[in-house]
Amino acid sequence: MQLARQTRRLGADRGNWSEAAGNRVGFPAAASRRPLAKPLPNWQSRGMSSHRRIDVSAHGPVTVVQIVDKKILDDSAIQEMGSEILGLIEQDGHRSLALDFSHVEYLSSSALGKLITLDRKMKGHQGRLSLCSIRPEILEVFQITKLNKVFDIRKDVAEAVAALGA
Amino acid sequence: MGTKTIGWQKELHLPSERGASRHIMEELLDQLASHGWPQSDVFAIHMAAEEAITNAIVHGNKLDESKTVHVVCRVAAEMVRIEVTDQGPGFDPKAIPDCTLEERLDVPNGRGVMLMRSFMTKLEYNAKGNRVLMEKQRDPAAADAAE
Repeated sequence: MQLARQTRRLGADRGNWSEAAGNRVGFPAAASRRPLAKPLPNWQSRGMSSHRRIDVSAHGPVTVVQIVDKKILDDSAIQEMGSEILGLIEQDGHRSLALDFSHVEYLSSSALGKLITLDRKMKGHQGRLSLCSIRPEILEVFQITKLNKVFDIRKDVAEAVAALGA
Repeated sequence: MGTKTIGWQKELHLPSERGASRHIMEELLDQLASHGWPQSDVFAIHMAAEEAITNAIVHGNKLDESKTVHVVCRVAAEMVRIEVTDQGPGFDPKAIPDCTLEERLDVPNGRGVMLMRSFMTKLEYNAKGNRVLMEKQRDPAAADAAE
């Protein structure tokens, strides 16, 4: 029942974002090519509860976290996304995370701040965080702010998984 | 020598609450698309406008329900102009530390104004520091290509 509820909720959220952002801005659909991945079932997710803002899958020793929203903009959504990822690090003990931005078309400076906080937390736990599949406009944001020096940024999920799993 | 477009203009007062910019941003993005602005510029203008309005609501008016944010947007084929005024005490944009300094790279905040400046052709604050005027001029080559 819990899973069914979660799936319905996620579907509804994505529908809204897709309809609103896709028609409004006219961005092409994000092209994401991901290696074979296994969504973590409940028994394997070590107590992970429902996620509204992220999709989590295991790629060997690496956990791939796909950000669901097209726009990381609203402050409450940023906090929620941050809490869900922080839960993977602090409650569930994941130490190699690849954050997949292939769905993300826009992010605010508040979202950058949240990513910095997550990177700090991960380093504090001797873990590693990589960002991947970032579209060129957003990559430019990282370059302008020189955050490309702070984060490990990879071309795609496959490259991030290879780097984190090495 | 192309004909100058009169364009679209909108002026409104937003409440000082998070998410208040949603509708005006939707309209602004629609108008940018209608006026043929390329995707990279749409992203840049979106980011600058969103940061300016959020700063006004959160840092300027400090989410005070009794205050509003005055927004004026103008979109034409060659130029976008956005003016955002809050009712707060203002601030000195020159006093914001450079977020790209090595020792400040991992500080979580303080990047909004820098991004606005980077993405727009012109960015000016009034003397009080509670009004920002931003303009973006379209690359003439891109404008010709869209005609």
